[in-house]
Amino acid sequence: MRLTLKIWRQPNSAAAGELRTYQLDDVSEDTSFLEMLDMLNEQLTGTDEEPVAFDSDCREGICGTCGVMINGQAHGPEVTTTCQLHMRSFSDGDTITIEPWRADAFPVLRDLIVDRGAFDRIIQQGGYISVNTGSAPDAHATAVPKKNADRAFDVATCIGCGACVAACPNGSASLFLGAKITHLGELPQGQAERDTRVVNMVAQHDHEGFGGCTNIGECTAACPKEIPLDVISQLNKDLRTAMRHGL
Amino acid sequence: MTETTPPTEGTTAAASDAEGFFRLGEPIADTKAPRGVPIDQKWTTRKFEARLVNPANRRKLSVIMVGTGLAGGAAAATLGEAGYHVKAFCYQDSPRRAHSIAAQGGINAAKNYKEDGDSTFRLFYDTVKGGDYRARETNVYRLAEVSANIIDQCVAQGVPFAREYGGLLDNRSFGGVQVSRTFYARGQTGQQLLIGAYQAMERQVAAGTVEDFTRHEMLELVVVDGRARGIIARDLVTGEIQTHLADVVVLASGGYGNVFFLSTNAMGSNVTATWRAHRKGAYFGNPCYTQIHPTCIPVSGSHQSKLTLMSESLRNDGRIWVPKKKADCDKDPRDIPEEDRDYYLERIYPSFGNLVPRDIASRQAKNMCDEGRGVGPEVDGVRRGVYLDFSDAIGRLGRKAVENKYGNLFDMYQQITGENPYETPMRIYPAVHYTMGGLWVDYDLQSTIPGLFVTGEANFSDHGANRLGASALMQGLADGYFVLPNTIRDYLADGPFEKIDESHPAVVEARQSVENRVATFLNTKGTRSVDSYHRELGNIMWEYCGMERTAEGLRKAIELIRTLRDDFWRNVKVLGAADTLNQSLERAGRVADFLELGELMCIDALNRRESCGGHFRAESQTEDGEALRDDANFAYVAAWEWGGDGGQPVLHKEDLVYEAIEMKQRSYK
Amino acid sequence: MAVTGLIFVGYVLAHMYGNLKVFAGQDSFDEYAHHLREFGEPILPYEGFLWIARVVLILAVIGHAYSAFKLWHRAAVARKEKYSARRVAKSTLSSRTMRWGGVTLLAFIVFHILHLTTRTITPGSNSDSPYERLVAGFQPERWWLVLIYLVALVALGMHLRHGVWSACQTLGFTNTAASRRRANLAGISLAVIVAVGFALVPISVLFGIVD
Ligand SMILES: Cc1cc2nc3c(=O)[nH]c(=O)nc-3n(C[C@H](O)[C@H](O)[C@H](O)COP(=O)(O)OP(=O)(O)OC[C@H]3O[C@@H](n4cnc5c(N)ncnc54)[C@H](O)[C@@H]3O)c2cc1C
Ligand code: HEM
Ligand code: SF4
Ligand code: FES
Repeated sequence: MRLTLKIWRQPNSAAAGELRTYQLDDVSEDTSFLEMLDMLNEQLTGTDEEPVAFDSDCREGICGTCGVMINGQAHGPEVTTTCQLHMRSFSDGDTITIEPWRADAFPVLRDLIVDRGAFDRIIQQGGYISVNTGSAPDAHATAVPKKNADRAFDVATCIGCGACVAACPNGSASLFLGAKITHLGELPQGQAERDTRVVNMVAQHDHEGFGGCTNIGECTAACPKEIPLDVISQLNKDLRTAMRHGL
Repeated sequence: MTETTPPTEGTTAAASDAEGFFRLGEPIADTKAPRGVPIDQKWTTRKFEARLVNPANRRKLSVIMVGTGLAGGAAAATLGEAGYHVKAFCYQDSPRRAHSIAAQGGINAAKNYKEDGDSTFRLFYDTVKGGDYRARETNVYRLAEVSANIIDQCVAQGVPFAREYGGLLDNRSFGGVQVSRTFYARGQTGQQLLIGAYQAMERQVAAGTVEDFTRHEMLELVVVDGRARGIIARDLVTGEIQTHLADVVVLASGGYGNVFFLSTNAMGSNVTATWRAHRKGAYFGNPCYTQIHPTCIPVSGSHQSKLTLMSESLRNDGRIWVPKKKADCDKDPRDIPEEDRDYYLERIYPSFGNLVPRDIASRQAKNMCDEGRGVGPEVDGVRRGVYLDFSDAIGRLGRKAVENKYGNLFDMYQQITGENPYETPMRIYPAVHYTMGGLWVDYDLQSTIPGLFVTGEANFSDHGANRLGASALMQGLADGYFVLPNTIRDYLADGPFEKIDESHPAVVEARQSVENRVATFLNTKGTRSVDSYHRELGNIMWEYCGMERTAEGLRKAIELIRTLRDDFWRNVKVLGAADTLNQSLERAGRVADFLELGELMCIDALNRRESCGGHFRAESQTEDGEALRDDANFAYVAAWEWGGDGGQPVLHKEDLVYEAIEMKQRSYK
Repeated sequence: MAVTGLIFVGYVLAHMYGNLKVFAGQDSFDEYAHHLREFGEPILPYEGFLWIARVVLILAVIGHAYSAFKLWHRAAVARKEKYSARRVAKSTLSSRTMRWGGVTLLAFIVFHILHLTTRTITPGSNSDSPYERLVAGFQPERWWLVLIYLVALVALGMHLRHGVWSACQTLGFTNTAASRRRANLAGISLAVIVAVGFALVPISVLFGIVD
């Protein structure tokens, strides 16, 4: 198929960017979206134009490195990561607009690459269970009801891609945050730090400049791992409980 | 520390096919595993003998950790908790994205929760046997010994392993072993384990003991007075070349499967960290040992950038076949009648059928395609795929049951190929998956450069010539949480080492070499893109150093690689500048190192004229076409020393001695 | 936000109940308006209860609007560079119009107070009987007044549809798929009840059902 690509080009975080238009021919529908960009980059290199910078690593939908806005949708039209999107989701002659995640907490580093360091800093503020290596009791010391274990797993599948932030009209990271709060909150091991965890992580979230949640739900729709909106409810509940406990 | 013999007549092993490509050096041996104690006492003894570091001194001791996967992340967290000052590097934008995240199946541990006869000794035995008796006994025993602690640690961290209704942990049997010792978190075990390690590490970042250097790539090792004292890294965002100095350096930089261009590894997986160390004196162990996984989604065209693995469990119910007649290869498989199908594994191995080990299943698929009976799209003139057919299973068990068991895999297949596996047979083909080779280390995980430790897939590891399923995660975490933190203290007890500053000649030299290399890439201004070289190298490696290797093919490959490498340095085209985020420049460095590694892999494969584990030499097989080991001549680890640019690598042999178990030949007929 | 919003919900329901007294006739309606002013006497002075209610409502409006504008501002600074292409995936129109819808409501509330409370604007009649003012206002020749009220009610319905669901979510009542469905259902029902309930009055007057 033949495509017209409008791609955000920006040399570095300080410089201004713009959408530039490229033509790409002979794209097979079995090509993945990122392989399509690889093809474009080969073409650009051939004509001495610097290739488009974009992030990816595992290319199997699990590491969370990839992610761009495709025609105004985070990770494109399917419920999956950008790397798992294939060109059969598009048609011959399509024009595709490709932009980076846009959020001030995720500054653009170059072209389609953004800095998601804010997510790491949120985790640093309590997204863990404090247990030093070697001090763990036997794994069977505490049984975890299957229901809780399953919910913990379902939300622990978040890959930290940032699509929720990119899709949210408020630029909020509440889905990402709620997923971690819910994961650790469902497990007996996570109880001791439950109150401080939510308070500190929310404070960091706000400090990073993410917007506030107004429960619109664009995040879950964009989430490639289908993290449900109820993690935000859980987040709010835990925050309220913590405040009731005087934190 | 390298003792080499001059390249005179007769010093090269007479039996070697690789004569003329290498020199033979002195044998090498591990000196750290305690002698004279039974195997089950060695680790306890070593932990006791390894000197302690006073807690007050620890924060004065600095550790550079290259890599934040299971091996690096776990070690960074643990050393941070102990109070050392750790600088952790990764090339991704977050430690959480290391390629350990992609592991699906599970992690082994000798917990014996199922009371099905498992034990530390059995896990040890299975791992040595699975590695086709090419692993070091003492290391493997220790791995099995600490495996149980890993599960305890991970559960305490909140890793959501699968559980039974009673709330206790579930196990499954994996990779053809007869006990259920594999712990798993649905199909995302690696992800959950890595996030556990990542969180533990971020906790230390907040505590101030660990410093995170994301989007930083190690490009050179700094060796001062024979000790590893730091690295030269490039900040991938600003392009700045930085010097980081410390008391000890740990490489946990993962495997090098990407030398094949197409593999199940991440796009950025590379050999640079270990290769640079190799060039500075660290021996490379068994570089030719690679694992090829039979059930991957085939290449769909020349645009392909990586391959995706599908769980091996598919072979439990799927039947593998190709058309009997070449003319049928482009037909709709549903129109090919039963009598025109060749269920070749069932035909050749009637008792194991579709469940033969990974290497056999892979090799036979290649044979079928080489005969011209492959299916799927033609890529470069050959169809590389075989059918994995579930129509019998669907008929027998019903679609629902098949969906319950394999639903997520079928979905993934459909997402990638656009074909519905419930209706038409899947197509599969083998792909490079794991590298057992890596930097040679002793029992303490220390390389031949003092102060340089290597963990996880980056070392030559505990898996011998073949790794069992669910054992790499185990090794990464064993090394990271339990082994390295104990052995490294014996080295650090001598520290803090003399302070060095950035003007030290060794530091200046290392930094200069990196700057020169970057400048060379940018100034070559040739005509071919980096990726095109990488693809070509991958084709050579896959063709001649892949599933089946011959002396003739390997010699040819060495020639081809040398020519390609020369061309690369003369004709590569890297656009852009050094002081920006420049992905072509990053790749150029990685491909340059793969071009050197590829040659060493071929030399190692050429030298090892036997078949063992994942290494199959066509010259060494039984009448039935099965791998044939040659214990008399090859029961050793090949530890290669860098021979200098244009020079020949030097082979140091570490003899493998089995005291606790006895060597046996495997058979699947 | 959720708490002040729910105060409004309570108020709006009570208010609607009062409005529906129009159907019971002039006396009943005027009586009710009068009663509101005497409620709580002699413990409270004349109009005491009404003033308490007004103060609570004004504080709630301030609190609600303050939080709303704060969120609005945070969202604006969280994404300064906008997308050049944007496609909505699944969010409802009501969720995306909370802000401008809220502003519309604020404007309407001001208008509404000027109209029926302070009697600054007096379309139709400035009678002392609230009933008469109301009926005179919504006569067919002043269709525009009916229109303003109806538009405001649509805005209110939409605001409540998302608002009620959102408040449940904010208060942490929606931890399961089932409770999320319930919260959504509550939002929709309340929105319909309130919008229709209020709309009955002007429409009935318009069509001469009440005169
Ligand atoms: C698809 C797939 C499925 C698998 N499934 C299983 C399974 O079910 N069970 C099992 O046991 N094993 C499995 N494995 C194998 C296992 O996942 C890996 O062997 C293991 O996770 C490797 O861990 P590691 O910490 O050594 O390296 P990685 O996790 O690869 O980490 C490497 C780290 O080094 C960093 N790095 C690399 N080079 C540089 C450099 N030059 N400078 C700076 N940083 C650098 C990277 O950023 C990264 O942080 C699977 C592997 C794959 C590919
Ligand atoms: C002053 C004019 C108003 C403005 C500017 C305004 C604006 C907003 C905004 C921006 C929100 C946040 C969106 C969200 O949380 O989903 C909101 C929520 C809400 N509003 Fe209003 N609104 C106004 C009047 C009203 C009125 C009159 C009512 C009641 C009838 C009301 C009921 C609610 C409710 C229940 C919520 C949900 C609170 C939450 O989610 O925490 N609002 N409003
Ligand atoms: S919640 Fe979903 S969209 Fe957000 S970071 Fe996690 S996986 Fe990505
Ligand atoms: S590249 Fe890893 S999720 Fe897309």
